[in-house]
Amino acid sequence: MARTRSKRRQQLVRVVMYPLDWLEERSGLVGAVKYFLFRKVPHDTNWFHTLGSATLTAFIVQLVTGVILAFYYKPSPDEAYDSIQMITNDLTLGWLVRGMHRWGASVFIILLFLHMGRVFLFGAYKYPRELNWLVGVLLLALAMLEGFTGYLLPWDQTSYWATVVGINLNATAPFAGPFLSDFLRGGQEIGTNTLSIFYSTHMLLIPGALIGLITLHLYLVIRLGVTSPPWSEDAAGDERVEVVTAKRGLVEPRPRGDGAAVDDIVRRRPDA
Amino acid sequence: MADELERPEHRESEPHLPSPTIWPFAFAGAVALILLGLIVSLTITAIGVVLAVVFGFLWIRDVTRDLRGEPEPVEAPAAVVVEEEGERLEPERYTRSKFLEASTLGLGAAIGAIVTVPVLGFAVAPAFVGQGYPDVDLGPLDSYPEGDWVIATFTSEPEDGAVSRRTAFIRNNGLRNDVPSFTIISNRCVHLGCPTQPQGPPGEARDVETTRTPVTIQPTQPSGFGCPCHGGAYDIEGNRTAGPPVRALDRYEYSIINGSLWLGAPYSVGSVEGQGADATVVKYRSADPGVHVDGPEQIFYPIVP
Repeated sequence: MARTRSKRRQQLVRVVMYPLDWLEERSGLVGAVKYFLFRKVPHDTNWFHTLGSATLTAFIVQLVTGVILAFYYKPSPDEAYDSIQMITNDLTLGWLVRGMHRWGASVFIILLFLHMGRVFLFGAYKYPRELNWLVGVLLLALAMLEGFTGYLLPWDQTSYWATVVGINLNATAPFAGPFLSDFLRGGQEIGTNTLSIFYSTHMLLIPGALIGLITLHLYLVIRLGVTSPPWSEDAAGDERVEVVTAKRGLVEPRPRGDGAAVDDIVRRRPDA
Repeated sequence: MADELERPEHRESEPHLPSPTIWPFAFAGAVALILLGLIVSLTITAIGVVLAVVFGFLWIRDVTRDLRGEPEPVEAPAAVVVEEEGERLEPERYTRSKFLEASTLGLGAAIGAIVTVPVLGFAVAPAFVGQGYPDVDLGPLDSYPEGDWVIATFTSEPEDGAVSRRTAFIRNNGLRNDVPSFTIISNRCVHLGCPTQPQGPPGEARDVETTRTPVTIQPTQPSGFGCPCHGGAYDIEGNRTAGPPVRALDRYEYSIINGSLWLGAPYSVGSVEGQGADATVVKYRSADPGVHVDGPEQIFYPIVP
């Protein structure tokens, strides 16, 4: 009995592993995914460290629901409002998908700020992760722009006049203001092009930039590793010495691991 | 040659290459000419056929030179041999690869610019080219009884439909120096652009036929104008009385053509002295909401070109 089970088990393993091995041999993708998922993190990471991936999940929800809403949404001044009403009231589960996108937008922004607060309070923006903080600030700005451009799309009184106010706020920016507002409107007045400019910006231009920057953000997270919380006891001493040493001489990212790394750094300094 | 000396094992396995020839390009050109002639003129096809035969013959002659035992032209290899015998072999290779690198980058940049510049221009320019306000026919003068305010709602660009609907508050001030005088105030709040409302009871709305799209006219007796968004308040001449707006309400130019009132371009107003036909209006270039047009504030905030 036990022998058959283990035999069947072997068969099962072979069936699962064969395509994975095939893929790995030709692309190395399985190894890459393993490297991403099973990389080392400090042992005292906690739930606050999940806010980043929570934000990413919210973004993916926005992407998927947004793409599907685009099946039915019509970005023209005559049809936009009616198509939103149709999605909400007539189409099966349309209310749910639109609701996910509409409320998910707020969730995305809230999680973004919580994630930012975690990084700030944990001091995770410090050397060598300053660049990732800057990328994050760009992501925040683009996410806010997503909110601004998406708000117009229902094309009801609230969204229309809120966008009028938003564009006129931009118009009072120093020097660039009037050009910025003309660009956003597609002219001097809100017209037929304004809605399609906002729509295209909302669903093509900014999401593309967001995906690119998120990729860079994740690359830097993987390359630089995750920070310990500030109250962490074991990592603090050694690693901070390393960071200080590294700062003096060289722009090498902080090596992980034991005290030997300090010697490595000292040895690799150009003047040592 | 030097290459082969460094790696002698490659000498035997190197495939034999026919000598370089330019004729395939000419032959392809002749074929293109034949195809072009099919569309344009059969004469061109005939020329193309002749050229294709000639160039094809030259191509075959070049390629089969080895088989026919003719010597290859040797000018170019001779020059290379001379170069390679000297000690400047390495710099020469370096320069060539550098040249290829630079030309790849340069060509890439040029192609990128050719594609990107017009696209960026198209993304930005349409918003700024051909700006202006069309004249709008607001209907015959007798639709505007003397001394009364009306709310006129019109379509500024009929082909754009409802999205270009605008509203103005119009008062017929009667004759001044035998010329009809109107006060036409834009409903766009000069705080952030929300629609101001006349503060007074509205009357019965009616449509007036014009030479363009119909204009909706609704009589009203306002004591002033107010904005629902942030509580901006204006008096009956459009001067700010309370709230966040930074200047008086914008007004429209107007003209009278064949007994009809025509709306012109909007302009911005610092403040209005006096009332009705006798009012003194200081006129400024149309500015965005929230922008000061007079006083010291116009220099300091917001700084606009």
